[in-house]
Amino acid sequence: MRSRALTRVAHEILEKNGGAKDLAFVGLRTRGVSLAHRLAAKIAQIDGTTLPVGTLDITLYRDDLGMRGTPVIRGTDIPFSIKDKTVILVDDVLFTGRTIRAALDAIIDLGRPTAIQLACLIDRGHRELPIRPDYIGKNLPTSRRESVAVRLREHDGEDRVVIEEPEEA
Amino acid sequence: MSLLLRGGRVIDPANNLDTVQDVLLADGKIERLGRNLAAPADAEVVDATGKIVCPGFIDIHVHLREPGYEYKETVATGTRAAAAGGFTAVCCMANTNPVNDNGAVTDYILAKARVEGAVRVYPIGAVTRGLRGEELAELAELAESGCVAFSDDGRCVMNAGLYRRAMEYTLPFGAPLISHAEDTTLSRGASMNEGVVSTETGIPGQPAAAEDVMVARDILLAELTGAHVHIAHVSTVGAVRLVRDAKARGIRVTAEVTPHHLVLTEDAVRTWDSNTKMAPPLRTKRDVEALIEALADGTVDCIATDHAPHALSEKEGEFDRAAFGVVGLETAVAVLLDRLVRPGLLSLATLIARWSRDPARLLNLPAGTLAAGAPADVTILDPDAETTVDPSRFHSRSRNTPFGGWTLRGGPWMTIVGGKVVRPRASR
Amino acid sequence: MGWTRKDLLTMRELEAGEIVLLVDTAASLQEIASREIKKVPALRGKTVVNLFYEASTRTRTSFEIAGKWLSADVVNFSASGSSTSKGESFIDTAKNIGAMSPDVVVVRHSSAGAAELLARALPCSIVNAGDGAHEHPTQALLDLLTIREKKGHFEGLHVAIVGDIAHSRVARSNIHGMRKLGMTVTVAGPPTLIPPFVQELGAKVSYRLEDAIGDVDVIMMLRLQQERMTAGLIPSLREYAHYWGLTLDKLARHARPDVLIMHPGPVNRGIELAPEVADGPYSVILDQVSRGVAVRMGVLLLLAGRKGGDGG
Repeated sequence: MRSRALTRVAHEILEKNGGAKDLAFVGLRTRGVSLAHRLAAKIAQIDGTTLPVGTLDITLYRDDLGMRGTPVIRGTDIPFSIKDKTVILVDDVLFTGRTIRAALDAIIDLGRPTAIQLACLIDRGHRELPIRPDYIGKNLPTSRRESVAVRLREHDGEDRVVIEEPEEA
Repeated sequence: MSLLLRGGRVIDPANNLDTVQDVLLADGKIERLGRNLAAPADAEVVDATGKIVCPGFIDIHVHLREPGYEYKETVATGTRAAAAGGFTAVCCMANTNPVNDNGAVTDYILAKARVEGAVRVYPIGAVTRGLRGEELAELAELAESGCVAFSDDGRCVMNAGLYRRAMEYTLPFGAPLISHAEDTTLSRGASMNEGVVSTETGIPGQPAAAEDVMVARDILLAELTGAHVHIAHVSTVGAVRLVRDAKARGIRVTAEVTPHHLVLTEDAVRTWDSNTKMAPPLRTKRDVEALIEALADGTVDCIATDHAPHALSEKEGEFDRAAFGVVGLETAVAVLLDRLVRPGLLSLATLIARWSRDPARLLNLPAGTLAAGAPADVTILDPDAETTVDPSRFHSRSRNTPFGGWTLRGGPWMTIVGGKVVRPRASR
Repeated sequence: MGWTRKDLLTMRELEAGEIVLLVDTAASLQEIASREIKKVPALRGKTVVNLFYEASTRTRTSFEIAGKWLSADVVNFSASGSSTSKGESFIDTAKNIGAMSPDVVVVRHSSAGAAELLARALPCSIVNAGDGAHEHPTQALLDLLTIREKKGHFEGLHVAIVGDIAHSRVARSNIHGMRKLGMTVTVAGPPTLIPPFVQELGAKVSYRLEDAIGDVDVIMMLRLQQERMTAGLIPSLREYAHYWGLTLDKLARHARPDVLIMHPGPVNRGIELAPEVADGPYSVILDQVSRGVAVRMGVLLLLAGRKGGDGG
C-alpha cells in the first residue's frame, strides 16, 4: 500500500512541476528523511533524474522550548544550495501544522528557494495553522486524543501506521 | 540573699567531687555543700534534680569586640551570650579598636564589664603595640590594670626575637603569653586547610605545618626563657604531639581547643558556607581524633570557643573574601555534651574540668571550684534537654555559626555569677 | 538521558550520560557556524546576562556569539566600571541583576564557589564560566568535543595536562570529565604547581615533561601566569619554559606522531608552547575555539529547554 501511495505522489510531483528540473527534497527528521529518499528513488525510476535530498532538524525552530523536556538536536544537513530550487518538504504525519511552520522558517533561513511544496505520507487533520499539503499519501481521520505513528522499514523494521488511544487516566 | 541548689549531681573536679547533694550560695560565695541542707529563711530554692551542678565555666578565648567593633558585639551582648551558653567568666582578646595595648583601654573594658557585663570579664592585653608585631606594648601597665594574659591573637608575632623578649619581660607577672600560632609565610592567601578538599575546590589552603612550625618555635622560646606559653586554638595532630613532648620535658606550655575543631572537619567547607571559615581552619579527621584524645589525657588543658562575631555582610558572599571566625558561646556546651560526652569520646567529669578547674588554674583565676568560700559562680547543665540551634535567637549580636539547625541533646540550664542567676532555668 | 539541572556549575557533579548529552548537542549545533544566516530562533525572547568579574574577552565573546546565534538577547556586565567598583557586594550585584529577570546568567569570578552562590541566590539558570581555581565546565566540554572529533572516541584515551595545575580550573574540570568518560589523565609540572592529593581526583602525577608526554593521545598545555614567579612558586619564566615548555624538538623526540596539542588559550608563545607547535600540524587550538561556541550554544539550549524551567 505504501509503495503505491509513494509512487502516486512521485507522479503527482512530476506532473505539478512539469518534470524534475530544479526540484530538491528536504526531509524532516527523522522519518521524513527516509520518505524523502524513497520518493527520490521513485522519481529516479520514473524520470531517470537523481534529485538531491537534504535533512532538516526543526528542533531549533520549535515554539515549545521548555515544555517538552530536553531538546534533542540531531542536526541539519542540506549539502546543496536551495536558491532557485523548488524545495519539497517531506514529513511522515501532518497534524497541527506547527512542525511545518517551523520547517518553513528554517528553510527560509537557509536560503531563498523559488517555491516550497509539502509532501506528507499521512494527513490526520486537526490543523491549528493555515498550512496545507501539496501531496498526500493518505487521509486518515483521527480524534485529537489519538496518537498516530508511522513505522518505516529503515527505522522500525516494518512499514506500518499505528493509531493509539491514550490510556484512560 | 541566698540560693539553695537542691538535689543536683554536683561534679567538682577541683575537689574530686561527684555526688548528688545540695549547694548553698550566700553573699556571693559558696557557703556550704551537703545532703539535705536546711534552706535559710530568705533563700530561693532551685530544684536541681536530674541536673548537673558544676563550678562556673570559664571561656578564656572570646572576642567581645568592644571598643571599636560594636556592630559585631559588645561587652553587654557578648556576656549575655556567655551567660546563655553556661559561662560565668570570659577572657576577652585585645584586637579591639583601639587595640587593648595600654591601661586606658583595659580600664574601659573593665568599666563596661562592671556596668553592663552579665558575667565576669578578664581582659587579655596585647603583646605588641597595635598588634603590629614590631614593638612591645606596655605590658607591666596592662598587667597592673587587670590583664590576666597577653596575646596578639588574630595575629601571630612573627618576630621570634621580639616574642622572646615579651616572654622574658612578663615572667614576673604570672600571666602567660597566649600564642596564635600561624606562620603567615606558610598561610598567606589561604582560606582553609591544605588537603584533599582544597585541591578539589580550588580554595587556597594552608598546611598543618603553618601552625606546627610556630607551635614548635613558641615551645622552644618557652624553654629558653622559662616562660609560660599557652597555645591558642590548637588544631593539628602535629601541634598536639609537640605540646605533649614539651610537657613531658617539663616546659611550661599549655593549650586550648575550640568546640568546632573537636567536631568538624575540612569536609564541612564543601558546602561553601563561610561559617566553616576560621583561623586556624577546620582540619582532617585524623586531627580531630588527636585533639579529642589530647583533651581527654590533659595534653590540651582547656576548651575555649574563640568566639568571633562578624556581621552578616562580612560573612556572606565569596568564600575567600569572607571574614575568618565563628561565634561559639551559645553552642559550645550543648555541642560538646551531645557530640563528645554522649558518644563516650570524653567523660563528663573531664569536660567539666576542662571548662572550670583547668582554665582557672592556667590563668590563676579565682574560679573553677565549688569549695566553700569560693565565689558563687555555678554552671548547671541539663543533660537531657533537646534543643535545635537557632541562630536568629542568639543573644550575641552576630549569627555566624556553623551549627545552625543542629539538634543537640544536653546543654546549659542555669548560670549563676556571684550568687545571682544570670541565665534563668531553661530560658533559651 | 535528559537534562534536568537548573544550572551548569561543575563537571564533578555531572554523570557521564549528561556529559555525552552536552557533547552530542554541541556537535549537532556546529553546522550553524557554516550557514549564511547564522541564526536560529530557539532562544528568541530569552535574556542571557554575561556577568564577568574577571577580564576575559574570548570566553565572553564566545558566550555572546552563542547566545546571539540562538536569537537570545545577550547583555554584557563587566565588573570594573560598574557599581562593583563603587563597592557593591557580589551578592547585591547578583540580586540586582536577578531582579531584572534574566533567563540565564553566565558568571566568571575569581573566587571559588561564586557560581554556586549565584545559583542558590537566583531562580534563573547559572552557567559557571570559571570560578577561581575551581571549575570551568564549558572549557572541559569543548575540549572533550574536540578530542572526540579528532580521535573518534573517549574511552581508553590518555591525556597529559601540563602546567600550573594548582591554580587551574581548566585542569580540574577536565580531570573530572575525562575520568568519567573512561580516559586516563596525567598532570605534569614543577612540584610547586601540582596541588597535594591530586591523585585523589584520579590523576597520575609526573614532574618531567618528557615522561608525561611519552605515550599520550592528547597533550593539553596550560597557560603560565606571571604571578607564579613573584609568589615564589617558580624561579623564572626562562627556567619554566626550558624545562616544561613544549617545543617541536621535544615533541619529535618523545611524543606519538598522532598526538593532539591543545591549549585553553590565550597562549604564552615561547613559554609553555613554542610558536611552531601552537601553529603546527598537531595543534587543534583553533578547533577548540570554534567548538567553544557550539558547546556554549548547547549549554544555553539545554538549560533554557529543560522541562518546567523558566520556559514554563
